[in-house]
Amino acid sequence: MTRSRIFWGIAAPASAILFSLLLASGILMLQGANPIQTFQLLFSYGFQPRNVVAELNQASAYYLAGISAAIGFKMLLFNIGIDGQYRLGVFFAAVVGGAVTLPPVLHILLIVFVAATVGGAWAAISGWLKIKYGVSEVISSIMLNFIAAGLVTYMLNPLRLGEQAEGSQNISTPTIPESGWLPTIEVAGGKLYTFIFFSALVGVGYWILITKTVFGFNLRATGISFRAALSSGVNAPRMVFLTMVLSGATAGLVGVGTLLSDTHNYSLSFPSGYALTGLALALLGRNHPIGIAFAAFFWAFLERSAGILDLNGIPTEIVTMMQGTIVISIVVAYELIKRLNLRQQQVAVGSQQEEAPEESKETDK
Amino acid sequence: MKTQGWRKFLSSPGKIAVAIAGVFFIIAVVEYFTGASDITSSGASSATLRFAIPILLAGLGGLWSERAGVINIGLEGMMIVGTWMGAWFGFLYGPWTGVLFAAIGGALTGLLHAFLTVRIGIDQAVSGLAINLVAAGATRYFSGIYFVENGGDISVSPMVEQPGTFTVPGVSSVLASIEGQDTFFVSSVAGVLGGLVTNVSWMTLLGLMCVPLTWWILWRTKFGLRVRFSGENPVAAESLGVNVYRVRYIAISISGMLAALGGAYLSLVASAVYREGQTGGRGFIGLATVIFGNWRPGGVFSGSILFGFTDALRVRQSESVHAVLAVVAIVALLFAAYLFVMRKRRGAAISAIVGLIAGIVFLQVEVIPDEFVTFFPNLVTLLVLVFMARRLRPPAMAGAKYRKGEEISE
Repeated sequence: MTRSRIFWGIAAPASAILFSLLLASGILMLQGANPIQTFQLLFSYGFQPRNVVAELNQASAYYLAGISAAIGFKMLLFNIGIDGQYRLGVFFAAVVGGAVTLPPVLHILLIVFVAATVGGAWAAISGWLKIKYGVSEVISSIMLNFIAAGLVTYMLNPLRLGEQAEGSQNISTPTIPESGWLPTIEVAGGKLYTFIFFSALVGVGYWILITKTVFGFNLRATGISFRAALSSGVNAPRMVFLTMVLSGATAGLVGVGTLLSDTHNYSLSFPSGYALTGLALALLGRNHPIGIAFAAFFWAFLERSAGILDLNGIPTEIVTMMQGTIVISIVVAYELIKRLNLRQQQVAVGSQQEEAPEESKETDK
Repeated sequence: MKTQGWRKFLSSPGKIAVAIAGVFFIIAVVEYFTGASDITSSGASSATLRFAIPILLAGLGGLWSERAGVINIGLEGMMIVGTWMGAWFGFLYGPWTGVLFAAIGGALTGLLHAFLTVRIGIDQAVSGLAINLVAAGATRYFSGIYFVENGGDISVSPMVEQPGTFTVPGVSSVLASIEGQDTFFVSSVAGVLGGLVTNVSWMTLLGLMCVPLTWWILWRTKFGLRVRFSGENPVAAESLGVNVYRVRYIAISISGMLAALGGAYLSLVASAVYREGQTGGRGFIGLATVIFGNWRPGGVFSGSILFGFTDALRVRQSESVHAVLAVVAIVALLFAAYLFVMRKRRGAAISAIVGLIAGIVFLQVEVIPDEFVTFFPNLVTLLVLVFMARRLRPPAMAGAKYRKGEEISE
C-alpha cells in the first residue's frame, strides 16, 4: 500500500515534467532548434558548481514560498497573497534593520521577526475577511497584492523611507549595518547563503507542526472537512485564521535571505511572482517538506540554466512556458490518478458486494 | 417599504437624470473653486473611455465565466494573448484581422481553461494562474522570434495600424464650441458629451455594444438561462437536461474571447504597438469589476467607467484626482443626509464616514500620490466586499467543482 503510494507520488511529478519537456521540444523544433542539444546545454550549464551555489541560494527563497503555500493547502486555503506578504515583509524588515544597530545575532533575529510579523499581519487581513465576511481568500489576496505593491512603491521614495545614492537612479532603503549581515560560505567559486539552513529549519518546523502537534492535527482535520472539525469541537474559523497568518508569516521570510546575505537593503529589484512559484512548488512537492525542497531546487535550476539559452539564440522564456505546463500537467496528473484510484476502489467494493449475501447489500447503502 | 422607495428612485430614469445633473453641478462648482479643469474636459471623457474599455471587456469576460460557474483568474493571461495576437496579425494583415485573431486566440485560451477546469476538473485558481504564467512566457518567447525579425524587439512589436475612428457629424463641433465658451456648468456637460462623440474608435463602440449584448444573451435567451442555471445549480440544471459541460465550454470560450478583445484594444487602439506588460494587471481589475458590479453587466460597466476614469485622470492631470475627492466628499455627505431622512441609519453612517474621510483628505493632502490611484480599484473592491457583502449576490456555485453525476463537495 505505502509502496504504491510512493510510486504514484513520484510518478505524477515525473510524468508532468516529462510532458512539459516533450511540449518544449515540440516548440523548439518548430523554431528549428535541436531540443536534445538544448536540454544538454541546460543540463551542463545548470550543474556547473558556481551555478549550483546560486541555484541553492535561490531555492532557499523558493522553498519558503513553497512551505507557505503548503501550509495553506493543508487547510484547502489558496494563499495567492504570498507576493504581497513577502514584499511588505522584506521591505519593513529592511527598514527596521537599517534603522537600528544591535549586537549581531540580536539584529538578525529582529529582522527575521519583523519580516514574519509583517507578512503574517498582512495575511491576517485575508484570513479575517474570510471568516468574518466569507470573502474568498483568492480574491482578497489578489487585491491585497496590488495594494501591497502600491504601498511599498509609495514608501520607497527618498521623501519617505527610501534613500537615493548620489549619482544613482536606484532608490533603496538605508543599508543595514554589518551587525545585521548573515555570513556567506565561500564554496566552489560562489557564495552560499547561510540562510539556507534557516530555510531548512523552517521546513523541519513545518513537518513537526503538521504531523506531531495537536494544532497540526486540527489544521488537517479542518482542511479535510470543515463541518466535521467544527462538530468535533475544533474552533474551525479560528484555525482558518491562524493558518492564514502562519502561511503569511512564512511568506514574509521569503526575501530575507537575499536581504541578509546579499543586498543588505530593499530596492525594487527584488523580484515578484513568488505566489505562483510557491503554489507550484507545493503542488509539485505534494506539500511534503522534502518534496518541496526538490521542487524548489528544480525550479531554481531551470531558471538559472536558462541563462545560457540566450547566447544560443533561444529565448529564455521557453523555461517559463515549461514551468507553466508543469503546473498544469501536475494537477491534471493528480486529478486523473485520484479518479483512477476511486474507480479501482469502486470496482473492489463492487466485487466484494457481489459475493456478499443479498440483505447486507440493502443495509450497506 | 423603505427599500422600495430606494428602488423606485434608482429605477426611474427621470430621477437618475436629475441625480447625474446634480453630480455634474457639484463637479462644476468644485472645478470652479479648485481650478482643476480636467475632470469634465472632452479629453478626460474620451480618455476615460479609452482606459475603461479594456477593463470593461475583461470584466464582461469574467462575468460570462462566473455566471457559468467557473472563476476565471486567467483573464490577465487571456488579455495578454489578445494584445499579442492583435498586434502581430494586425501588423501582418491590418487591424481588423488582428482583432479577429485576438478573439480566436482568446477563445482558444478560454477553451483550454474550460477543458482543464470542466473536463479534467482541476482547481480553477490553479488553472487560471498557470494560464497567466504560460501566456506571459509564450508571448515573450514568440516576440523574441517574430517581432525581432520584423523591426521590433523582444518586448515591443513593430508599429501597427489602428482601427478607424468616427466623429458624430454636427453634434461634435457644436459641443466643442460650447465647451470652449467656458460657461459654468453647461461647458462641463458639453465637455463630457463631446469626448464621447469625437474621434471615437469603432473598436470602442464594439466594446460598448458588448454590454447590452451580454445582458440580452444572458437574461433574455434560452442559452443565457442555461448559462446562469449552470452557475447557480449545475446538478439541477443537468437533471433538467442542460448539458452543463457544453454550456460551460461555450461560456468560458466567450469569456476568453472578450478578455482578449480587451487586450487587442490595448495594443491596437490605446497605443498602436504591443508592449510587454501592457495589460498591467487589468485582467485582475476586470475581475474586480465583476464583484463591484454585483455580477451584472450594468454593474461591470459602471465599475469599469469608475476605474477607467481614475486611471485617465492619473495619467492626464494628477491635481484632478485631488479635486475629485472634494466631489466625492460632497456627494457622499448629501447622500448620507438623504439616507438619514429615509431613516436608513447604517447606510447614512457609512456614507457620512466616507464623505468625511474624503473631505479631510482633500483638505489635508496636496496631491494624491500616483501609487494610491494605481491600487484604487483593488481597494474599492475590497471595501465593497466588506461593506456590501450582504447585498452582493454571486452565482451560487461559482468556483465550486462540478462533476457530472457527483455531489458538489464544496
